[in-house]
Amino acid sequence: MTVPVRFYQVGSFAVGNRLVPGAERTVQSDPSRTNSLTCGHRACQGCGEALGARYALDAAMRATAGRMVAVNATGCLEVFSTPYPESSWQIAWLHSLFGNAPAVATGVAAALRVKGRHDVRVVGQAGDGGTVDIGFGCLSGMFERNDDVLFICYDNQAYMNTGVQRSGATPPAARTATTETVGPEPGNPFGQGKNMPALAMAHEIPYVATATVADLHDLEAKVERAMTFHGARYLHILVPCPLGWGAAPCDTVRIARLATQTGLFPLLEAEHGEVVRVTKIRRLAPVADYLRLQGRFAHLFDGTGEPARPDIVAALQELADRTIRRYGLVDDGGRP
Amino acid sequence: MLRQIEGSRAVAEVVASCRPEVVCAYPISPQTHIIEALGSLVKAGDLSPCEFINVESEFAAMSVAIGASAAGARAFTATSSQGLLFMMEAVYNAGGLGLPIVMTLANRAIGAPINIWNDHSDAMAVRDAGWVQLFAETNQEAADLHIQAFRLAEELSLPVMVCMDGFILTHASERVDLPTQEQVDAYLPPFQPRQRLDPDEPVSIGAMVGPEAFEEVRFIAHTRQQQALVRIGDLAEEFAEAFGRDSGGLVHQYRSADAETVVVALGSVLGTIKDVVDSSRDRGMRIGVVGVTSFRPFPIDALRAALQHARRVVVVEKAFSVGFGGVLSTDVAMSLTGLPIPVATVVAGLGGRPITKASLQTLFETADRGELERLTFLDLNRGLVDRELQRIAQSRTSGPSAENILRDLGTVASGIG
Repeated sequence: MTVPVRFYQVGSFAVGNRLVPGAERTVQSDPSRTNSLTCGHRACQGCGEALGARYALDAAMRATAGRMVAVNATGCLEVFSTPYPESSWQIAWLHSLFGNAPAVATGVAAALRVKGRHDVRVVGQAGDGGTVDIGFGCLSGMFERNDDVLFICYDNQAYMNTGVQRSGATPPAARTATTETVGPEPGNPFGQGKNMPALAMAHEIPYVATATVADLHDLEAKVERAMTFHGARYLHILVPCPLGWGAAPCDTVRIARLATQTGLFPLLEAEHGEVVRVTKIRRLAPVADYLRLQGRFAHLFDGTGEPARPDIVAALQELADRTIRRYGLVDDGGRP
Repeated sequence: MLRQIEGSRAVAEVVASCRPEVVCAYPISPQTHIIEALGSLVKAGDLSPCEFINVESEFAAMSVAIGASAAGARAFTATSSQGLLFMMEAVYNAGGLGLPIVMTLANRAIGAPINIWNDHSDAMAVRDAGWVQLFAETNQEAADLHIQAFRLAEELSLPVMVCMDGFILTHASERVDLPTQEQVDAYLPPFQPRQRLDPDEPVSIGAMVGPEAFEEVRFIAHTRQQQALVRIGDLAEEFAEAFGRDSGGLVHQYRSADAETVVVALGSVLGTIKDVVDSSRDRGMRIGVVGVTSFRPFPIDALRAALQHARRVVVVEKAFSVGFGGVLSTDVAMSLTGLPIPVATVVAGLGGRPITKASLQTLFETADRGELERLTFLDLNRGLVDRELQRIAQSRTSGPSAENILRDLGTVASGIG
C-alpha cells in the first residue's frame, strides 16, 4: 500500500494546495466547481456551516459528476440559504421539516431507484440538532435499512438558528442559552450528550467518517470515499459557529483545527462498524488553547487567560485524553 | 371482477392497480392489513416496479412519501389515529408543498383513553392540513375512491386522504367489484409531476417564505382545493362511465328532496341511517339523508342546494370538538348561512360504540317532533357520567376518570349487549 505524501505549511499545518499536483488539488481550488451553495446567502461572517456545506456538496457533486440531489433539514443552513431573493442553491434541493431529513432522503432514493435513475445519488444534511436530537429516529431508521443516502451532520454543537440552545451534541461546560454559566456547575453538564459517529458505527453501515472545515483535503477525500459506497453513509463535520461559540469570525478554521489537535474531536473513518483509519495528531495542543478562543468557555478563565476553574478545564482535558487513547490519536499515547 | 373480500385487501389490490412506485409502511390498527397486503404484492413481484419501505414511524412514513413524491414517484401510505397524529407535522408539510401523495386513513379514535375502535377524531384533527379528505360509505366506494384519489391528487398536485371506517369497513368481508388493470390504466394516466427534484433541472423545493408571500402561497393551496370541488364531481362522472357504477362525488342524497328532516353524516354509518330513513318513511315521516363524501374541500354550495328545502338538519358525527360540539355540523351550519334551518349536532359512535337502528329511530322521532336539542350525545350513559362527576366533586384525589368509570361499569368489555 502506498502512503500519500502529505505536505504541511509551517504554522497552520494546512495542506498547501499549491504544493500538490493539479489533479490532487482540492475541488474548491477548481474554478469550474459547482458552487453548490453559492454567494448571496445570509450566513454570518465566519460561518463554519456555510464553509462545510459548500466543501462537502461541491466534493459530492464532483464525485457524482453532478448527478446528485440534496435534502436539507430545517436549521441555519436551510434558513440562511433560501429566502428569496438570496436563494443560494445551485443543485436540486429539497427542504421538508426539522426532524425528517433522513426519511425524506430515503424517499428520494427510493424514487430514483424505482425510476431506474441509478446514477443519481442522494445527500441528506442537517445540523447537530436535526441529526442527534430531533432527527435521530429517522436517521437511525435510514441507517438500519441501509438506504442509499450519504447523511452529513454539520455539527456546531448547539441549536444556533433559534439562538444557541443546548443540543445533544453540546460539549460539557459550554455556555448556551439553556445552559447558562450560573451556579456551581456552570454551562452544560458533564456526563451527557451523544457520540453520534459511534452511534452511526453501531449500525454497522458501510461508511462513517468525521471531518472539520480546517482540513479541506481531508474533508473532500472523505466525501469522495463516501460516494464510492452504496447504502447508508454518515459524515460528521465539525463546523465552528462564531456567534454561538463566541469566537472571532476569523478564527473558525483555527478553532476547528485546535478541536482536532487537542483530541477533543477525533478524525476517523469507519467501514461496516470498524474504525479503519484515524488521523494522528501531529502537534498535540492542550484543551485550554482551544477553550480560550471561545466565549462559551469564558467562565473557565480569568481576565489574564489563566483558568478560573482549573477543575473544569482539567475535566475537559481528561475527556480529550480519553478520546486520544480510545482512537490512538497519538502514537506514544502521551502528551506533549 | 366481483370478489368476496376484506375491505383492507380490496383497498390494497386497488391501490396496487394504481401502480404506486413507493409504498411506506408502518403498522397501526386498523390500517395494518392494507400495508401488509401491499407488502406481499411487492415481495411476490405482482406489484412492480415498486419500493416497499418498512419505516420506523408514521412520521417517517409520511416523510419518505414526501421525498419520493418530490422526486417524481407515485407515493402511497396508510395510517390511523395516533399514527396520523404522530405524522401530523409531515401531513401538513405534504399539503403545504402540494405533493400528490395518496393516503388511506382507517378512521380510529384518538386517545387517551387509548381505544383502537372507529370514530372520526383522527380525520377531523387534520382537517386544515391542506389535504383533500374523501369519506367512503362502503368498501366498494373505498376501493373506487383510491383510483379517483390518485387522479385528482396528480392533476391538481395536492395530497388526498381516503377515509374509511376502521374495522367497520377495513375488516368487513363483503362483495367488492375490483376493476381490472386495463380499466385502471385507462382511467389513471402515469404520474407527471408538477415539481420534481432532478439534477438535470435543479430547483429548490421547500424554501423559506416570509410575510411578503406566505399568504399568497397558502391562497394557492386554497385555490387548488376550490378546483378540486369541481374536479371531484367530474372525476366521479368519468368514473361512472368507465366503471359502470357511482362512487365519489361531493355529496350523496338519499330520499332528501322532499324531506322535512335531513340527516347529514360521513362514512359507513350512512348505511344504517338509510335503513332507518326507509323504515321511518314507511311510517310516514318525511326524512332523508345527505352523505358528505368530500369533507375537504367542503362542498358548501352542493350541500346548501341539498339542504335548503329542509325544515331541520340533524348532523350525526363520530367526532366532536371538546368544549364546543360538532365539527362537521359547524361546516354544515356555515353552508346554510342566512337560511332559517336549525342544525342539531348528534355526537355518536365514539370509540367504536355501535350506532344502532333503535337509537337512530328514537333520535329521528325526537327530531321530527322538533324536540332535538342543539347538542346530543347518542346513547350516553348519563348515570355513569354523573357518578364520576360526583366522585370528582367529593374528593380532590379521586384519581383517573377512565379507570373509575370502568370500575363503576364493572366490566372491561364493551358492555354492549
